[in-house]
Amino acid sequence: MRNDRNTEDVALGIRRRVFEHSIRNNGGYLSQACSAAEQLAWLYNEQLNLGDPTLPMIPKPFEGVPSSDNPEYHTGAGYNGPADPQYDRLFIAPAHYALVAYATLIEVGRMAPEGLEMFNKDGSSVEMIGAEHSPGMEVHNGTLGIGLSTGSGLAWGRKRRGESGNTWVFMSDGEVQEGQTWEAVQACAHHGIDNLKAIMDVNRQQCDGAMDSVMKVGDIAEKFRIFGAHCVEIDGHDISAMRDAAQEKHDGKPLIILANTSPYHTMNILQERFPRLHYVRFKSEDERARMNVSIAADLGIDPIEYVH
Amino acid sequence: MVEMVSRPYATAFEKYAVAHPEVLCLSADLTSSCEVDGFRDRHPDQFLSLGMAEQNMMSFAGGLGLAGYRPFIHTFGVFMYRRPYDQLMASVAYPRRKVRLMGFLPGVTTPGGMTHQSIEDISVMRSIPNMTILETGDATEVESICEAADSIDGPVWCRVLRGSVPRLFDTPIKVGEMRELSDGTDVLVVTSGICTEEAMRARAAFAKAGLSIRHLHLHTIKPFDSDALLDHIASVKHGVVTLENHVVDGGIGSLVAETMAEAGIGKRLVRLGLKDTYAHGGSRPYLMRFYGLDALALVGGIEDIMGQEFGITETHLDAARVDDVHSLVKAEAL
Repeated sequence: MRNDRNTEDVALGIRRRVFEHSIRNNGGYLSQACSAAEQLAWLYNEQLNLGDPTLPMIPKPFEGVPSSDNPEYHTGAGYNGPADPQYDRLFIAPAHYALVAYATLIEVGRMAPEGLEMFNKDGSSVEMIGAEHSPGMEVHNGTLGIGLSTGSGLAWGRKRRGESGNTWVFMSDGEVQEGQTWEAVQACAHHGIDNLKAIMDVNRQQCDGAMDSVMKVGDIAEKFRIFGAHCVEIDGHDISAMRDAAQEKHDGKPLIILANTSPYHTMNILQERFPRLHYVRFKSEDERARMNVSIAADLGIDPIEYVH
Repeated sequence: MVEMVSRPYATAFEKYAVAHPEVLCLSADLTSSCEVDGFRDRHPDQFLSLGMAEQNMMSFAGGLGLAGYRPFIHTFGVFMYRRPYDQLMASVAYPRRKVRLMGFLPGVTTPGGMTHQSIEDISVMRSIPNMTILETGDATEVESICEAADSIDGPVWCRVLRGSVPRLFDTPIKVGEMRELSDGTDVLVVTSGICTEEAMRARAAFAKAGLSIRHLHLHTIKPFDSDALLDHIASVKHGVVTLENHVVDGGIGSLVAETMAEAGIGKRLVRLGLKDTYAHGGSRPYLMRFYGLDALALVGGIEDIMGQEFGITETHLDAARVDDVHSLVKAEAL
């Protein structure tokens, strides 16, 4: 399944949807849309080889957790299409990017806009922190640092089966503070897992603020290389750079693309909130109104009408 | 004299895995200590070394499960849940991956002290939704643990014995059932793992003292057949004693207590095991005596229930087995 729109338009659409949602709900993961929109747009609109969705465009309500008493249970992976051997798989490792990921599904025609109206509503499967059963998700990644390991295991298994599809992991840079990320890379290098590819949103932000103030991580690219990955650094808002990076040869190693991004790209007024950008909840009606006008202008739309 | 079987897991795992190509052997730098070194050497394509990196191993195993494989993880039990508990939850237990967690050195079966002794694993696993718990008590159960675990549609926690293991039973593990080892009417004794052999050491002494003991051995701890246990409890006059190689909180002592309480059973219960304490490093017989996990401790528990002493001392019990400290069947001191 291929989308007719260009990837820049998809990225803009993602930001508009996340912005509209955040203004209406008096807050949201706005900054993640600033930094990651191009990456998710590029993955879904160009890079990933995915089949048609197998789940309804309007998400079903929460239908229970995995259990022997719940034989009908399924994950949200069906929004990415079937898990056939030739298709790629995608894990959203930082599950709090879910709002941005859902907006992406809508922009590429894999989920209806009504899906976003269900975001974080009681009884909905469109959860705030993407769960296994949330649209586009296949595994739980709300605990940061486990995504790359799970992707490694899946990729190793798929390679053993001779499947041609790749396993992609969308990562966030805060995850490099977790030891498990490095355990995963060394395991990939040791076992030559080269059908695993990751793109990491390097926005240098985490929940407490700027990463450098919370826990310095040094030269991430050099560390990945030393641990045995093939690591490429790009401008994370430059889609042609992503295309080039994905073409890099990485025989016997996983590919990790570091997408250097700005946490307020295309929403300049968010600089006022720096360095606390993890979840932007408006501090006053005045701030909400000012940001509405400013960001709407940045994104080329009218300010959002909302209930005060 | 009880038959001793040398390294039953090594033989049984290889036989099972070779016949089931979807089974993968995972190890975290304790390959010979978990008796799968021979398998690694003879079947390298089915073996994955994941190094001393248990957090990655747990999520990696979840990914292998997603790819349709059934990983058997081999390491000391304690290393498989304490450090990578988050990964065990999110990558294995929640999604019901068919990961078989082969936990070696349960409880005080290691001289390695606190860091090596999994004394609360059953308590932890019982509270994890989707988890199945099996525990081996003899060589026959070790020989059948792979097939039993691999029959489960979901993750399985196994307490596995290694080295020289006594053969007490002649039938394999049947998941969900319990073994009735004697059918007395005075006191019900419920044991699991290595404590079952201890309880059997006291059998003759109890008979001589005129005590009629009903003895159950549990190899399946979750799911648990409460109705069967209640029938056995109804068959004894005085009460129940549990004996386990684990803390009494959350283990089979708690399991029996919860079963009795929920059914409104008004009988005495004495729970023997580690009582809100860590153990330390030492030999197995020493630790079992020191912490009250052995046959003599069971005698005390039964005397407590009966309200009388029977004069049973160590000399009346069948001899305890003492393994050579540096036996050839042991991979290393640990």
